Amino acid sequence: MKLRRDVFQAIADPTRRTIITLVAASAMTPSTIAENFDYSRQTISKHIQILTECELLEQEQKGREIYYQLNPKGMKQIADFIEPFRKMWDERFNNLETIMKKHQSKLK
Amino acid sequence: MEQKTNINALEGKQDLTITREFDLPVELVYKAYTEAEFIAQWMGTNVLKLENRNHGSFEFETSYEGNVMFKANGTIHKLIPNQEMVRTFEMENMPVGVQLEFLNFEKVTEDKSKLTIQIIYKSEKHRAEQLKLPFSYGLNMAHNKLEEVLSIQQ
Repeated sequence: MKLRRDVFQAIADPTRRTIITLVAASAMTPSTIAENFDYSRQTISKHIQILTECELLEQEQKGREIYYQLNPKGMKQIADFIEPFRKMWDERFNNLETIMKKHQSKLK
Repeated sequence: MEQKTNINALEGKQDLTITREFDLPVELVYKAYTEAEFIAQWMGTNVLKLENRNHGSFEFETSYEGNVMFKANGTIHKLIPNQEMVRTFEMENMPVGVQLEFLNFEKVTEDKSKLTIQIIYKSEKHRAEQLKLPFSYGLNMAHNKLEEVLSIQQ
């Protein structure tokens, strides 16, 4: 639960969302990511760290550089969040349908 | 297989859209949303107040084993029978906050209809709280179930 809640906190921040969008296009080093922002390199590093801890980003070592890319596992967690919400509504609406069908047959 | 209920929640937005196709005439779906007797049945809630008119308001209360679990209220901003409802909806004491709902009732055939609900939240964070609700609820249920099983074993 803690981890999943963190995923939501992670994407609630606009800077972190922009980082996700950037990295989604291609894997990047922290300095390339930082070049896209007016914030200090340190601030961006912090955001990258949070995104990595929440498993939204993952590291890949290429030679001497570390590249960040999207972690499909974390991104799937976000999609999975919607499913219980959808199921809840689906059940509610199935209920509505059953009740109103009963009512309909009484009307006939 | 295509799902009857769909949720569209784009990342970075503060709204979401729920669509559902019913094997019911549009009039009956509208009725399910505007008559206390039916709301009580399909939403499993007590309807304390329901004024079906422009600027009317409503109050729902859900109890479980004699305890009030959940209270909701809102104002109906606009109502066109069998077509449209615009209302606010607020779950009391919940971090979701007030939401603005646009409900569209659409006739597909004589006995088929489509309901589209667009819900706008105060912010993306509030929307996230809403999405988290059934998730944490499901998790709590599983947890309680586990505790139950464990306590029986002891």
